[in-house]
Amino acid sequence: MSAVYKKELKTYFTGMTGPVFICFILLMTGIFTVVYNLQGLYPNFEVTVNQVVFVYLLAIPVLTMRSIAEEKHSRTDQLLYSLPMSVTSIVIAKYLAMVTVLAIPVCVMAFYPLLLATFGTVHLASAYGMLLAFFLLGASLIAIGMFISSLTESQVIAAVVSLAVTLLVYFMSGLSNMISTDASVSLIGFLAIACVIGLIVNAMIRNTVLALSVTGVLALATVGVYLVDSTLFAGAIPDILSAISLFDRLTTFQNGMFDLTAIIFYLSVCGLFVYLTVQSMEKKRWN
Amino acid sequence: MIEVKNLVKRYGDNTAVRGVSFTVEKGRIYGFLGPNGAGKSTTMNIITGCLAATEGEVTVGGYDIYEDPVEAKACIGYLPEQPPLYMDMTPYEYLEFVGRAKGLRGDKLYKAVEAAVTKTGLTAYADRLIKNLSKGYKQRVGIAQAIIGDPEVIILDEPTVGLDPRQIIEIRELIRELGQDHTVILSSHILPEISAVCDYVIIIAKGRIVASDTLENLTRLYEGKNYVDLIARGDEDKIRRIIESIPGADSVELDAGEIGRVHARIAMQKEVDIREDLFFRFADAKVPILSMEFEEVTLEKVFLELTGDHFEPTVSEPEPTEEDVRMTAEEIFAAQAVQNVQKPTDEPAGEPEPAPAPEKAEKPAKPAKNGDDDDYKPLFGGN
Repeated sequence: MSAVYKKELKTYFTGMTGPVFICFILLMTGIFTVVYNLQGLYPNFEVTVNQVVFVYLLAIPVLTMRSIAEEKHSRTDQLLYSLPMSVTSIVIAKYLAMVTVLAIPVCVMAFYPLLLATFGTVHLASAYGMLLAFFLLGASLIAIGMFISSLTESQVIAAVVSLAVTLLVYFMSGLSNMISTDASVSLIGFLAIACVIGLIVNAMIRNTVLALSVTGVLALATVGVYLVDSTLFAGAIPDILSAISLFDRLTTFQNGMFDLTAIIFYLSVCGLFVYLTVQSMEKKRWN
Repeated sequence: MIEVKNLVKRYGDNTAVRGVSFTVEKGRIYGFLGPNGAGKSTTMNIITGCLAATEGEVTVGGYDIYEDPVEAKACIGYLPEQPPLYMDMTPYEYLEFVGRAKGLRGDKLYKAVEAAVTKTGLTAYADRLIKNLSKGYKQRVGIAQAIIGDPEVIILDEPTVGLDPRQIIEIRELIRELGQDHTVILSSHILPEISAVCDYVIIIAKGRIVASDTLENLTRLYEGKNYVDLIARGDEDKIRRIIESIPGADSVELDAGEIGRVHARIAMQKEVDIREDLFFRFADAKVPILSMEFEEVTLEKVFLELTGDHFEPTVSEPEPTEEDVRMTAEEIFAAQAVQNVQKPTDEPAGEPEPAPAPEKAEKPAKPAKNGDDDDYKPLFGGN
């Protein structure tokens, strides 16, 4: 595992990806710190961090696009499969290498509150809480980006899809406000989700009968619940969307609260997508 | 060392490997021979854990490749068809990574990298980026990667593809050297390549093993026979008697051709040459020989026949069991002989009649020899 980790880390720094990623995040944070904290004399570093979070939209896809797609493209995945290591440890090593690259700018950012503290009173606890959440949000997005990279052989496709997904996640709470809170809208939404689940099942196990029955059962259950108590469905879809919105969670930290559920939520997203990446890599052997 | 049982691999509707079984013993060089698309690479990928089989099992050094993949893979060094190289690394960095991934550390790692670099003759190139190396040297880096850390089994998938003749010879030398203290499996679609280095040959075609034996056995069984194709004018029975009286003539097939002509295909031992005998005995019996041709059976021809479209291995018909699939060269040869013998029975049973019916005149005695026949016509036309 350490071999892959070292190799990955080395690749990020022999190429341009690592330095560009780090510089981009630090440059943006620097600009915002100067504008908000130094010129605006605003003592809350957590607000600055919450403003800087958009850098992930560009930086994360660039970092994650090559992680697995490139291995597939250059057929070096065959080497990884034939080495005496489990696929899980390979994926985790790759993931940790990317998280390490992310940790570098975050560590540099950790000095900013201390720097600001020399000029006045800074809420260090809330600043560092925010920074931790910022780091975990990045780690979650890296996990998602790595999973997308494992689905394709092309770095470009991986980058574009990652960008699209990150954008969608970024605007998710905004989108959820646009959706009507009417119960019937939620019903249609849930039925659509049932169909999508059916399609995924069909693609994964190539069993049309099973996929259709899964969709049927889900649709019937949804309609049944709707008929019994339609008030449950009022605003359900917007609620769910904002509940799974990754970026929204930072607002609590910005308000000076340490939200443990958010931390656990981020860690779960990391775990889920690392697991999915392992499955996607394993699936390639079973195709 | 490696045991492969009833391996089956399906890609959707396409079956790449159908029931392959074989055993690999320690300290020998195995050759995996077959035309392109025969299932060689698929089988190798399954043995090394790069691909999962649809059915069947593989054990390497006693470890199942699915149950204990890490232990099993630790015994293997694998060079896939396309060397899996990181182009932005130097061979040193690359080999260090592979060595580390194989669990080597510190001094041991350094020594293993040095040994692999020296063995593959990469010393002068070990500090350049892999992407700047020529194809031959990239291939060497791939081989170095497979042999680093002295794995018990080294599996090389077409290791000499794209190399120049000198490099091919060097790589063969290297493989022979490796074969002294490792088990080596290499695949190729070129027979001379296999016969140059391997002790044991597994011939695979259309996802099945069609022959599996030591090179000596294959050579003895297949190359052991030479053939004489002979056309004579005379009575079929008489000709048969003459031929059968000659020591060294193993078997004979007779085929009555145009009026009075008989085509005979005589199999004989490799050590003896019965052509002179044939000539004198036919002369004594006053049976004129119209043409006589000597045909040598090479392993190449056997390979082409075994892997060709028309050859359907007899193992295929029932659901192949282990014994069936592990057909030895001897059995296959016997199966072929049966096919050959059965051929004449397709024709009408009234064979013994020396004077063939007129419609038979159109049927060439033996397609390849037709031209010769026509040449002889004017000579004997007056008779």
